[in-house]
Amino acid sequence: MPGYADPGFDTLAIHAGARPDPATGARAVPIHLSTSFVFDSSDHAAQLFNMERAGHVYSRISNPTNAVLEQRAAALEGGIGAIATASGQAAPHLAIVTLMGAGGHIVATSAPHGDPDGWRAAIRPNTRLLLGETLGNPGLEVLDIPAVAQIAHDAGVPLLVDSTFTTPYLLRPLAHGADLVYHSATKFLSGHGTVIGGVLVDGGSFDWERSGRFPELTTPYDGFHGMVFSEEGTVGAFLLRPRREGLRGFGAALSPHSAWRILQGIGPLPLPRERPNAHLERVVCFLAEHPFVARVGHPLLESHPSHALAQRLLKHGARGAGSVFSFDIKGSRAQGKAFIDTLKLFSHLANVGDCRSLVIHPASTTHFRMNDEALAAAGIGPGTIRLSIGLEDPRDLIDDLKRALKAAEKAGA
Amino acid sequence: MFIDVHGAPLYAYTGGRPFDAARPTVVFIHGVLNDHSVWILQSRHLAHHGWNVLAIDLPGHGRSGGQPPASVEQAADGVLALLRAAGVARAALVGHSFGSLIALEAAARAPAQVSHLVLVGTAFPMKVSPALLEASVSAPEQAIHMVNVFSHSTLCPPPSALGPGTWLYGSSRALMRRVLASNPAVNVFHTGFQACDRYAGGEQAMAAVQCPTLFLVGRHDQMTPPRAARALAAHARQAKVVEVEAGHALMTEAPGEVLDALRDFLAA
Repeated sequence: MPGYADPGFDTLAIHAGARPDPATGARAVPIHLSTSFVFDSSDHAAQLFNMERAGHVYSRISNPTNAVLEQRAAALEGGIGAIATASGQAAPHLAIVTLMGAGGHIVATSAPHGDPDGWRAAIRPNTRLLLGETLGNPGLEVLDIPAVAQIAHDAGVPLLVDSTFTTPYLLRPLAHGADLVYHSATKFLSGHGTVIGGVLVDGGSFDWERSGRFPELTTPYDGFHGMVFSEEGTVGAFLLRPRREGLRGFGAALSPHSAWRILQGIGPLPLPRERPNAHLERVVCFLAEHPFVARVGHPLLESHPSHALAQRLLKHGARGAGSVFSFDIKGSRAQGKAFIDTLKLFSHLANVGDCRSLVIHPASTTHFRMNDEALAAAGIGPGTIRLSIGLEDPRDLIDDLKRALKAAEKAGA
Repeated sequence: MFIDVHGAPLYAYTGGRPFDAARPTVVFIHGVLNDHSVWILQSRHLAHHGWNVLAIDLPGHGRSGGQPPASVEQAADGVLALLRAAGVARAALVGHSFGSLIALEAAARAPAQVSHLVLVGTAFPMKVSPALLEASVSAPEQAIHMVNVFSHSTLCPPPSALGPGTWLYGSSRALMRRVLASNPAVNVFHTGFQACDRYAGGEQAMAAVQCPTLFLVGRHDQMTPPRAARALAAHARQAKVVEVEAGHALMTEAPGEVLDALRDFLAA
């Protein structure tokens, strides 16, 4: 087993959290489709409930298959542990309800490429959390994690980061100063477009006691026999509470079957994350040079406001800045529609991070509730198209795009 | 709770129950760059089953004030001073790694005050390589990684201190970083390792211990392998050896087995 050096990413992606099943010898992770788990005795039951022993009781709170996913996500992110959730959205919700208290305030931004000092200016006495995403959607603005983490820590609050678009393979926010990380595992972690799920990882680095802003974690908790989470877990105060409160009380537990499917995607994660990088570069270059394309919003291009930051923070630099990006065609809304309707290989749907290539028109779908002004602030125009590049041969993808661009051009004639 | 020892506040986790000197007491002593939280499951259990628990942060570590002990002997005197300050006449001492040497030395110095001795992940001599001693000062982050890799035996630990989904590689590393940072004045990584390395009194101390001794060893421990405890066990009057399926971080890698062994031994 482990030797003299930390186990590498590719090894952890396959092995972290999973051992051959002691009951059957099964080498692959079994799917434990059981709501509950028997106690050895009445004493054992009481001890599990009183947190004197660790183990599984009820699958809303923990499950052995989910625990493999949780350990694996924590291992890949460099965290101390994780909690799997029923969807990607349930992960930040769990963090927020754990940390906010009544009247708590969050600082987040829709323009992450802006001046980091904007974050500082927005912090109030009741601010409990800074919240950002590694790459903005769909503009791919890169969050300056070291700068924003410093601002958060100066104010005594943690930084929570949505790392869905980058995956731990391309960027590990905890190593850059973030305190908590979450993923919509629906996307790249599962990678197959077959499952809804999320995971919240605690980096174990934030000192809740020193901050003084989180009595939920540092004073006796009535909901659990007066337990003081920061005493029970010097580095694990945060991780202890959501499983005992948010997950238990709000119930956004992940199905073990979904956990297993996400694990199938994480195992070979390095492979698809390398291939789209190579594919992506060819697709981005094709679009950038096409006369009917007005703008391509990928940090690979020096024109992108986050180009330099992407080079600094991401594995493979700007080439690693995600396989989801947007571009604008030179044409009307109707021409945009013609473009999408002509595509054959790209699937028109509301998701990203599938092994299949995907396309969507944000202004009429994912972002349709925003007016033009808000859309513009988020870097989205009426003709903006968002792509998610999958694992197909890039020549075929480019041919598909070429045909659709031609059709869009003709539709305007 | 905090107890004033030698004029400095010493922190002790009491297992989620108020301190009660009338009950039999067990003191938990952690190793280098650890704190009370490595014993959470075991200490919490005993506190809820008839024991008075003091799981300390060593002086100058974590929440405790005072100077970090420069030697095993000095640390042992500190533990005995804690018992006096807390009004505890007699206690079981449980120590891990560096803490096992402290427990051993304390039991030898005050045999009448120690009811049971438990040495978890122990070795004598507890030599630390010159390279690691040096790295603990010149490259502590690298040394933390090295010690962390040596201290764990598995990539798939069972549900542990923070419940299911705990990733022990990460939580142990985070704890070492936190404890190192907790004392900006003194490098407790180095003082701890140096105290282990220099401790020469193990065999004499073992011979002076009057109470029963449990050796709790990890079968896959690369820091203090099971064979490294044999010299001490040979000098013990009443030694019991229990081997569990774990590495050096056995309280978190095999929390249930460690608890069972502790409970059986303390009940006997």
